[in-house]
Amino acid sequence: MWPGRDNANEFEQLAMPLFASLYNLAHWLTQDRSEAEDLVQETYAKALKGFNSFQPGTNFRAWIFRILRNTFLTSRTGLNAVKTVPVDEADEPESFTPVTRESPESILLARADHDAIVAALQKLPLPFREIILLCDVEEMSYREIAETLMIPLGTVMSRLARARRSMRQLLAGRVQGAYR
Amino acid sequence: MTCDTWQPKIDAYLDNELPEADVRDVASHLRSCASCSSEALARSELKRSIHLAAKSYVPDPEFRKRIQNTVSPKVAGRSWNWAWTAGTAFAMILLVIAGSLLWTRQIQQQQIIGELTDLHVATLASANRVEVVSSDRHTVKPWFQGKVPFTFNVPELQGSQFELIGGKVTYLDQNPGAELLFGVRKHLLSVFIFKDSPELDRALGSNGQMRKLSFNLASWSDNGLRYLVVTDAARSDVNDLHARFAEAAR
Repeated sequence: MWPGRDNANEFEQLAMPLFASLYNLAHWLTQDRSEAEDLVQETYAKALKGFNSFQPGTNFRAWIFRILRNTFLTSRTGLNAVKTVPVDEADEPESFTPVTRESPESILLARADHDAIVAALQKLPLPFREIILLCDVEEMSYREIAETLMIPLGTVMSRLARARRSMRQLLAGRVQGAYR
Repeated sequence: MTCDTWQPKIDAYLDNELPEADVRDVASHLRSCASCSSEALARSELKRSIHLAAKSYVPDPEFRKRIQNTVSPKVAGRSWNWAWTAGTAFAMILLVIAGSLLWTRQIQQQQIIGELTDLHVATLASANRVEVVSSDRHTVKPWFQGKVPFTFNVPELQGSQFELIGGKVTYLDQNPGAELLFGVRKHLLSVFIFKDSPELDRALGSNGQMRKLSFNLASWSDNGLRYLVVTDAARSDVNDLHARFAEAAR
């Protein structure tokens, strides 16, 4: 059922400020401009249609990002991406083990290289890439991320730690490769 | 507690997700432990770099318009038979539109120049004012390749009173752009370059000069790009630099 005029106004006010963020995430997920546009268009259509089921006072951003992500995961590109990603980690606390192949200096060196960051993000497995984007780019709280990805808070923390460690390893590898 | 106990808390500390009591403990440990402090700095720098680098994809303005049309509520198709009602409504709408256009343009212009002035001041206050440090335009221009979704020409400054100091990537309303820093005598000038958009054009016009907090600002549009200068240098310096950019863009 499509929302009434008042609801449609409210939807527009809530949804349009998130347009650029949704598009950026869609592009990172699909890695293709045209597919990203299709994904965003479908997300807005589904969100508008289902807006009556949105509970006022709850987190709209997490709600619409969840729609985008679920729409992606059921698309052909999303299904392929999920197939190529190893089964997700168990929900257990992250135990810290120092990464000996990298150093803060190497990370700082790589920081200057915008391309290195982009390339490393592109290489990350989908669950790692999306959680880093939600946390570091969208600046979502752990609770918002848990709502968006529909996972427990503990899993958010452990997955984020693993994702960041993979990111650092990819960057450290790139820096070492460049200076060999 | 050993450092192994603190390390897992560093991410949550940097993400502002630690309880207040833990924040104090972690901050106190970081002040006294060089190893954890260095680790926290690296993680914080990486977080910041990802934040900047991963905002890479900017939607096409046409696509935004398409989505906007999809979500905007449709006007109900009720027909009115009274011509005077329609006429009055039409006249009122025209008045409101004319007034609000002027008002909106001024608000938007103030927002944009306020944001750019802040960016300029932040650059001046920063210990690392630019990311590419060079007075050679053939070094600075290529550095932006792949970092901003357009290219531009940097003017030849030999024999002029200007010197190129360097540049960095910046953002205006989530759109990436270039910020070039120039020196003239003891003054600094930031030249911001973004892809031009109907919003910028509407707010700033094709060519204009403004003042904000005693800073001199100039804005012009050339070849699909929007140039904006912010400085405390004289208006004549701004005009001179504008002319050099216009010449370089030909």
